Amino acid sequence: MSTTLPHSNQSDDSSAIGTSRVKRGMAEQLKGGVIMDVVNAEQAKIAEDAGAVAVMALERVPADIRKDGGVARMSDPNMIEEIIGAVSIPVMAKSRIGHFVEAQVLQSLGVDYIDESEVLTPADEVNHSDKWAFTTPFVCGATNLGEALRRIAEGAAMIRSKGEAGTGNVVEAVRHLRQIKNEIARLRGYDNNELFAAAKELRAPYELVKEVAELGKLPVVLFSAGGVATPADAALMRQLGAEGVFVGSGIFKSGDPAKRAAAIVKATTFYDDPKIIADASRNLGEAMVGINCDTLPEAERYANRGW
Amino acid sequence: MSTTPVIGVLALQGDVREHLIALAAADAVARPVRRPEELAEVDGLVVPGGESTTISKLATLFGLMEPLRERIAAGMPVYGTCAGLIMLADKILDPRSGQETFGGIDMIVRRNAFGRQNESFEAGVTVRGVEDGPVEGVFIRAPWVESVGAEVEVLAEHEGHIVAVRQGRALATSFHPELTGDHRLHALFVDMVRAGR
Repeated sequence: MSTTLPHSNQSDDSSAIGTSRVKRGMAEQLKGGVIMDVVNAEQAKIAEDAGAVAVMALERVPADIRKDGGVARMSDPNMIEEIIGAVSIPVMAKSRIGHFVEAQVLQSLGVDYIDESEVLTPADEVNHSDKWAFTTPFVCGATNLGEALRRIAEGAAMIRSKGEAGTGNVVEAVRHLRQIKNEIARLRGYDNNELFAAAKELRAPYELVKEVAELGKLPVVLFSAGGVATPADAALMRQLGAEGVFVGSGIFKSGDPAKRAAAIVKATTFYDDPKIIADASRNLGEAMVGINCDTLPEAERYANRGW
Repeated sequence: MSTTPVIGVLALQGDVREHLIALAAADAVARPVRRPEELAEVDGLVVPGGESTTISKLATLFGLMEPLRERIAAGMPVYGTCAGLIMLADKILDPRSGQETFGGIDMIVRRNAFGRQNESFEAGVTVRGVEDGPVEGVFIRAPWVESVGAEVEVLAEHEGHIVAVRQGRALATSFHPELTGDHRLHALFVDMVRAGR
């Protein structure tokens, strides 16, 4: 075609913020990476220097929330702002399930992602927050495909398998990720007639169920969370199909956080290379002690929160 | 001899999968690159979106920084989106301590220049050399190009800021064509790789 090239100074005037593509696209940029829980600016810098793709700002890591008991809430805005000021990587923060005012506050602080998290004490035992109402994207936990799709229907732009936060035990993370992946694989084999019944069974919108059956994956990024404590744990979750990992208490409850953080980053990128994982696993010092999940009373299982 | 170029996507971290799909749609053979020996086998390389600090650290740790700089200096075609644009800049205005780039484009970039995630946006962008109307620009915590050297061609601007550039066989955009179904920029890059072989 011999039409004259448009001048490069021209650009379309219509510009839109908070679109699904922008929210989900943000999570796509985090793939292959490690998101680390931090409780102050100093830890945030250690995480950034170790190669974290984002940090989760919270007042207490899940292991301490377990130990302290009581009601766990959104963090102090001062502390979140200090962390935002300390690093250039994205900063996430947690709101309680259904506490849309905490979410509004977090959005006003300029956090890059809101985690509507079962690690905090739920504020509503029926409803999650309407996440479509926000410009800031949300990540939510899920233990199975139906739960993941209900969160996506509410506007979540990223999903993490829940695992059992603050235990340093990867068994629940494995269970939940396998559950989600298996249910997706099963959908792949269904014909159109069966998808309607599948949607009913999953208690999720038919359109989303159909989309997952066609894509063979969730329509948003899927990370793993809750119990990763070692480089091999992170690589395990990646090999099982997680697109990245959240590490909570596992880093800053260990003997040498900077070294362990860097090691988990390496193992997450080279998750399929046992030699690199072996090298990353050497001389890391004490891992967090950990809790055996089968001795954990039902009431203390965070994964049961959310519906 | 096959005429289909083999193009790598730097797969240390970021939206690798989307670039692999876009390159395949633009008739290239696309494969992930994480190791120096994998880099040696490709005709061109895409540096994806992701976190530039993470990509920079991992590239240094796993011995890709120098081989990549050498290949780019020797004329291997490269295309960077968002974090990839930062990694192809000769200079970052506000680097984190120890943050290094591959370089290849004589420009100074400002990271997260368009703001945090709440300010992330989509807008049509008219790109010089891409026909049939504006491309869909998805800008996520996007950088812009603060200034360019004499050898750099500015391909697009948004609200007065440079968001797409080319210098020789190096191409870079602040936005993410890989997140859209619009593969015209990937097709442009595949043509650059074909011409460079």
